[in-house]
Amino acid sequence: MKLFPTRGGVHPQQRKDRTREQGITPLPMPEWLYIPLQQHVGSPAKVLVTPGDRVLKGQMIARCDGTISAAHHAPTSGTVETISDVTAPHPSGLSQTMIVIHSDGKDEWADLPPPLSDSADLAVIRSRVSDSGVVGMGGAVFPAAVKLDLGLRYKIDTLVLNGAECEPYVTCDDRIMREYSEEVIHGAQIIARVLGATRIVVGIEDNKPEAIEAMRRAATPHSEVQIFPVPAEYPMGYGHDLILAITGRETPVGKRTAEIGAVAYNVGTARAVDHAVRLGRPLISRVVTVAGGAIREPKNVEVPIGARVIDLVSFCGGFSESPACIVSGGPMMGQPLPSLETPVVKGASAVLALSAAEMAAKKEGPCIRCGACIDACPCGLVPVEMAALIRRENLKAAEKIGVADCIGCGSCSWVCPSHIPLVRYFHYANGQMGSQERDRRKNEYIRTLVEAHTQRMEKLAAAKRAAQAAKKAPARREEVTS
Amino acid sequence: MIPLQSAPFIHTANTVQKTMGTVLLALVPATVFNLYLFGLPALFLFIVTVASCVVVEAACLIVAKRPIQETLLDGSATLTGWLLAMSLPPWAPWWIGVLGAVFAIALAKQPFGGLGQNLFNPAMVARVALLISFPLAMTSWVLPHPLFSASAPGLVDAFSVTFQGQVPDAMSAASALGYVKTELSRGIPVSESIKQVPDLMDMALGYRSGSLGETSILLILAGGLFLIRRRIISWHTPVGLIGGIVVIASLFHFLDPARYASGTFHLFSGATFLGAFFIATDYVTAPVSKVGRFVFGMGCGLLTWVIRTFAGYPEGMAFAVLLMNSLTPIIDQYTRPRLFGRDRKGRPLAIQKGDRV
Repeated sequence: MKLFPTRGGVHPQQRKDRTREQGITPLPMPEWLYIPLQQHVGSPAKVLVTPGDRVLKGQMIARCDGTISAAHHAPTSGTVETISDVTAPHPSGLSQTMIVIHSDGKDEWADLPPPLSDSADLAVIRSRVSDSGVVGMGGAVFPAAVKLDLGLRYKIDTLVLNGAECEPYVTCDDRIMREYSEEVIHGAQIIARVLGATRIVVGIEDNKPEAIEAMRRAATPHSEVQIFPVPAEYPMGYGHDLILAITGRETPVGKRTAEIGAVAYNVGTARAVDHAVRLGRPLISRVVTVAGGAIREPKNVEVPIGARVIDLVSFCGGFSESPACIVSGGPMMGQPLPSLETPVVKGASAVLALSAAEMAAKKEGPCIRCGACIDACPCGLVPVEMAALIRRENLKAAEKIGVADCIGCGSCSWVCPSHIPLVRYFHYANGQMGSQERDRRKNEYIRTLVEAHTQRMEKLAAAKRAAQAAKKAPARREEVTS
Repeated sequence: MIPLQSAPFIHTANTVQKTMGTVLLALVPATVFNLYLFGLPALFLFIVTVASCVVVEAACLIVAKRPIQETLLDGSATLTGWLLAMSLPPWAPWWIGVLGAVFAIALAKQPFGGLGQNLFNPAMVARVALLISFPLAMTSWVLPHPLFSASAPGLVDAFSVTFQGQVPDAMSAASALGYVKTELSRGIPVSESIKQVPDLMDMALGYRSGSLGETSILLILAGGLFLIRRRIISWHTPVGLIGGIVVIASLFHFLDPARYASGTFHLFSGATFLGAFFIATDYVTAPVSKVGRFVFGMGCGLLTWVIRTFAGYPEGMAFAVLLMNSLTPIIDQYTRPRLFGRDRKGRPLAIQKGDRV
């Protein structure tokens, strides 16, 4: 198959060697689990349990609230200890509402919904995926069921299964494809059927030959499934880029990929869909790569959602040295974690404890206009120019040359020889512009209210004048006639 | 509490210092050859120029209260001094090097805010300022006097050349470009005068008179290709520049060989190669995008030819680069890459029927 060219990209050191041969091992069930109500894009889930309730493994404990939302389930059996605010897995360190479950150690399953056959009604499959709390597990954490509806509105011909895994260190998708290739492909077939897609293309970076081989074997009986090795280049796993590389179709700005006939799902998500449909099992665990120079024994771990980072770290032998930074997700786009007490959420592909040497952080120097950031940008932006404008708070000008199109992949920051945190400027600018826009809308709304008020007052005054005039008028007429 | 940073958490091993170091490394072969070719006076001038640039940079940093050690270690002042030295007549007196350093660093670079902020190429600002202020010293060329050869000046003579300004008359020579220009002004057509200049092989190998670092085209080319291979520079600037100069020179030569020197003559003369690979490729003062760099290189090439052919000076590379420097912001503005999912004008792409298979 032909590979279509994509723009930009960088080649950071892979650093996958320490975990790529580590098979997926389950984390022993922790005593306490912390399940945040919002682990996904959209509105937080609505709580279905109260403190003191006994819950069973796989029981829904929070349901979808609104169109874009996801349900959550108890990862094991136990008691709902409390529903309260705990530090969120987010750099802000702000707290977030979580359901805290105390495990009873029995790991007793709830009655699961019955398995669905491959020929089940599409609407039934959609609602099953929704009820199972499946979200995008590649990092986007967009509710998977909402994406399944795209087939109703657009004509989709290609399902792109994203097994690129372009982030360094992370090998969880690699392991999933090697160990559960049949589940992944079955999940993809379900998704493709719901979307109406007639072909499934699995994009895998060519640095994972074993995964490519395993997936090829599993795909052999299915003529509609193609395995497509793509060059190992960050950010190949960015959905728009992968779709461009595989189909040659470039998603217009502001449009969905579905509008050009392709939708991308992560391989882990496909497996979760398979579990939901074939086994009736909700998403209560995920594979997490625990790695980084400060981790003593890096592993790929099947982690119940809600386990704390510290549980993972101690399962992996603890720290071999003091970590310079703890990251949830890959090193290019992950979130720094404020504390080891934060829970693992559905979108966390990795927990990295990075040593100072690995990070190679240096003091920011002056820009020498080398242009490396332009060559690296997958969006065709000019980071050097945008950063200069943002530094002068000239956000309007930065917006004009496209800062809002930035996908935040961090390639520019990575490649900069002066170590300028370019992508941070763009996050800042987009955040500022977002809040300015909100302020503007708010002011606009206030202005309309004020205007409406003035109009009302004027109307009242006019009515009053008219009434007074009417009162006076007969008297005047009399004067005239007399 | 673990300190919080923001993504990305890893970083390329490349640094400004490494980049500058690689460029300096690429300059070594051509420089060593020319120091050999022009002997001890050239070596003295080279050392004086580079050292002056570093000293002037340090002085400026002290005045501006900027960090001294890490700035000096970035290697940019050394590179400026090196390139400036390479563009000077090899037997120029020491004060040319010192004044050049003052022009380059204290005038063209630091007042703008130091590394990355200057609008004009510091080495070329210095060269042009020197050329205008001291036309005689800046156009006194010498024939090659290789080290250890019979005609090479000894230590004492070399010292007096550089530090006392005593160049024996018999040793001076004109550069090929200067010779052709002077002859043309005396009414002798280029087609005649060109016969007197060294043949192309000598010019390519570098056995000719010229600026301290510009004569060996092959070694400069080797250094340039090394930089392209190491991805320090891209091919766009050199190809644009050399292409520009050769195409226009060949065209005019074809129309009137008596008036206009050939494309190959322009290619092998003066600072064409040094300019293409090491001067016009200066990051700071050139456009940032690849297309922009091609346009910039081509502009430098065309202007160099125009100045060499029609203006008062035999060589025009420095002027051309400075003129193009002033166009850099405009070139940058018109050569931004196309954004993903948008057309050239920045509108979202239309959804094509063909996208649906």
